[in-house]
Amino acid sequence: MGAGVGRSNRPAPTKSFCRFTRLVRFAQRRYPLARLALISAPKFYRRHFGRWYPALKRTLAGAGRRRQEADALSFVRRVVSQVTNIFAPAATPAHAIFHLSLLVLGITSCIFLVVSGLLLYALIRFRNRASATSDPQEPAQIYGSNQIELSWTVIPVLIVVMLFLATARIIFSTENAPKPSDALDITVIGHQFWWEYRYPKLGVVTANELHIPTGDAAHPIPSYLTMSSADTDHSFWVPRLAGKMDLIPNKINTMWIDPLEPGLFLGQCGQYCGTQHAKMLIRVYADRPAQFAAWVAHQLQPAAQDPAAAEGQAVFLRNACISCHTVAGTTAAGRFGPDLTHVGGRDTIASGSVPNTAANLRAFVDNPAHFKPGALMPEMHLNAHDLDAVAAYLTTLK
Amino acid sequence: MATQTPEIEILNQSTPTEPRHPWLEVLHGWVTTVDHKKIGLMYIGYALLFLVIAGVEALLMRVQLAIPNNTFVSPQVFNRLFTMHGTTMVFFVGMPILFGFGNYLIPLMIGARDMAFPRLNAFSFWISAFGGLLLYFSFLGGDGLYGAGNAPDVGWFAYAPLTSRVFSPGHSTDYWTLAVLLSGVGSVGTALNIIATAICMRCPGMKMSRLPLLVWLYIVTSGLALIIVSPLTAAQIMLMLDRYAGAHFFDTQAGGSAVLWMHFFWIFGHPEVYVLVLPAFAFANEIIPVFSRKAIFGYPAMVAASVGIGFISLSVWAHHMFTVGLGAGANTFFTLATMVIAVPTGIKIFNWLATLWGGRIHFTVAMMFAVGFLFQFLIAGLTGIMLSVSPLDWQLSGSYFVVAHFHYVLVGAILFMIFSAFYYWYPKMSGRMLSEKIGKWHFWLFLIGFHLTFDFMHVPGILGMPRRVYTYEADRGWMIWNVIVSSGAIFQTIGTLLFVYNMIRAYFKGPIAGADPWDAWTLEWATSSPPPDYNFETIPTIRSRRPLWDLKHPEDPDSNYEF
Repeated sequence: MGAGVGRSNRPAPTKSFCRFTRLVRFAQRRYPLARLALISAPKFYRRHFGRWYPALKRTLAGAGRRRQEADALSFVRRVVSQVTNIFAPAATPAHAIFHLSLLVLGITSCIFLVVSGLLLYALIRFRNRASATSDPQEPAQIYGSNQIELSWTVIPVLIVVMLFLATARIIFSTENAPKPSDALDITVIGHQFWWEYRYPKLGVVTANELHIPTGDAAHPIPSYLTMSSADTDHSFWVPRLAGKMDLIPNKINTMWIDPLEPGLFLGQCGQYCGTQHAKMLIRVYADRPAQFAAWVAHQLQPAAQDPAAAEGQAVFLRNACISCHTVAGTTAAGRFGPDLTHVGGRDTIASGSVPNTAANLRAFVDNPAHFKPGALMPEMHLNAHDLDAVAAYLTTLK
Repeated sequence: MATQTPEIEILNQSTPTEPRHPWLEVLHGWVTTVDHKKIGLMYIGYALLFLVIAGVEALLMRVQLAIPNNTFVSPQVFNRLFTMHGTTMVFFVGMPILFGFGNYLIPLMIGARDMAFPRLNAFSFWISAFGGLLLYFSFLGGDGLYGAGNAPDVGWFAYAPLTSRVFSPGHSTDYWTLAVLLSGVGSVGTALNIIATAICMRCPGMKMSRLPLLVWLYIVTSGLALIIVSPLTAAQIMLMLDRYAGAHFFDTQAGGSAVLWMHFFWIFGHPEVYVLVLPAFAFANEIIPVFSRKAIFGYPAMVAASVGIGFISLSVWAHHMFTVGLGAGANTFFTLATMVIAVPTGIKIFNWLATLWGGRIHFTVAMMFAVGFLFQFLIAGLTGIMLSVSPLDWQLSGSYFVVAHFHYVLVGAILFMIFSAFYYWYPKMSGRMLSEKIGKWHFWLFLIGFHLTFDFMHVPGILGMPRRVYTYEADRGWMIWNVIVSSGAIFQTIGTLLFVYNMIRAYFKGPIAGADPWDAWTLEWATSSPPPDYNFETIPTIRSRRPLWDLKHPEDPDSNYEF
């Protein structure tokens, strides 16, 4: 035993403690490069993972069932929802975060297993046994050990350094990614409790349902979001596409997303912004470029003028609706509420929380608090006839 | 005996009369006391009352969140519930109970007769108590007594500009501001008191290097409290100026900065959670050695690690702001600082492990809670490492993963250690032993409930569920996890009720404890249970870190091995 603090000339320390110290010394001599294993562990894991995973895959596939893709998490994915799962990335920022998270999880799991294993062992091995009540001697009092304390300082420092470097790389590659000159620019303004989307170079203004073009894994198309808020703090969080970024009044933040597959990606506001924070949902439609171009062209059209809905339009234009809402091509030019030029073509209203049907539109206009108590749109106090007309009109605004 | 003056003779000859209203006398004694022990008990009792109230608020929230689109409470009520739950638990449960234990134990542990400033001590308690009452008065008065009144609903950290008059009309936010401000005044008083007491009032022979680790940790805690209450108070005053005097510090519509509030708040808020956790470490440093029958492993390293944690905690605040858009440089710095704080924290865990190693572990209820603390604090620290990785925090910030992480620290580490401290020091405070049998039921029920709730709470966070939502969509796949989380709350409630019953029952029927029921080694066990008003008959002179060990083992005192 080496010299340490608190050596005593009372009975020697227990055998197990001697063994422990000897084991540590042995490990330090025999595997001086063991620390490097921590860094190359992911490679080691992948190399050996490939050997037993096929057997696991076969078991899972079962007789006569379509084989699963060689995807490590496919089993987990069948048990746990994928809708807004941060471990189901579908864009480059989310992928980068996902891979970094695997490293972090690996390190923290190892630390947990080692430390809790030692803890559990100590609690069992050194519990006070009933036979010892006749023996009142206290165990050996060990006050410390410089070598041991040094080793469990140095090793965590090295782990921290390694983890920090891996993290810093992802921070810079995500936040300072060079922006392509032809990237799509979208301005996102957060409101209580809806999302305003403007495409400055395209001249499109819409609300709550964001359409962006999507490439594929080989040629992703990034969309750059320039974000701020009109009132309180919000946060744009679509877990499968990227980490969240806050929308803060009097501050401009930027982020980018590039879906690698077409589809609908859900999210919601990630920063408490008031009463209806919970229902400020996000819907990101990743369209193929041709679909996206068609959508843009349609959005640039002024509002549909359906003669059958003329009465509803008249009700709309003579009421306070025009103070808050814009319908392009009419006198309604309000900016406080969502743009309604093409509201009929959206899948949802009330920022993603209510399906867009005529009945729901009517009920919402009648009393927004029915769906979203605390929403800033007041009851419009229209009579039943006007309500029917306005709802029908809004439905025609495709 | 010297000749007595006539006045004293007269006093000696008269028979004392019984007070006409004994209960009033008792109450008067408590209200006007400056005795650190009574003040400590008042802090603890007050905190337990608010623990029950804030616990009920949590239960109501869990009922609302058990199923999607539930209508158990309205969104307005839910938003008030989580604001009040957080504010109450941090300022009116956590701080009082930990300062209460400190008040009670520190003079006893250093061989002093009271704190350095007894009247400041009483003042600090009463002003904190007033703050708590003010916060809850908001239920009646928040809207100026028209209607039903409004508790604050801006979240416990009250981000600007949600707190401006535009978005928070009425007075609910003002109740929050003033209550927290008053609580801060109380914290400063107690922190001052603790530092002055620990530095100036130690008994002969107690050099700083012989101070019990509990006292060291309370010194660091108090130093942090002194530093951080100033930015919080400044922010509260700036908010009041914004709301009533036409200032625009945080008024973004007039060019003010919402991020400024966040910086001010989190410069307070992060060290604040260390103010809450360091006393839990303090308890662990006393309880784990006693029930392992070994001295703490690495006393100097423990002191250095604790002081290090205190310093570093002042430099990590913006890890609460990774999503605010501070830039890659700032995000990187705060990632590094947060990871660095894991090193001294890990050292402490390893030192506790080494204390257990080679010992003779007695699994009393106090020790069971301390062991729970060790495992759970390890996990909490590891989820903290996950959150310190800034890109991963971009996903998980503001989600239920963060809620799970900090409840793991607050409940799994701090509350478990508080329970442990209760089982360990209740005999000293009351003279009676708590029932180990009821204690074991308390422990296992609470453990099951804790893990049901807070283990599974990590999953909705990973699945994209944000926090502070009064409900959620059914198509996200979050319901099953929320049901499990809510079910754990029932076990925790029953466990806590058993604990309260244990304390009440033991006060009347518990076995007499004696001065030193645990065969421990620090000075509080050298006096009777409960201690007399003057704490010690004679102030002891000590020669090592464990004076009672020296007395019990005169052939092999600690002083032979310390440096």
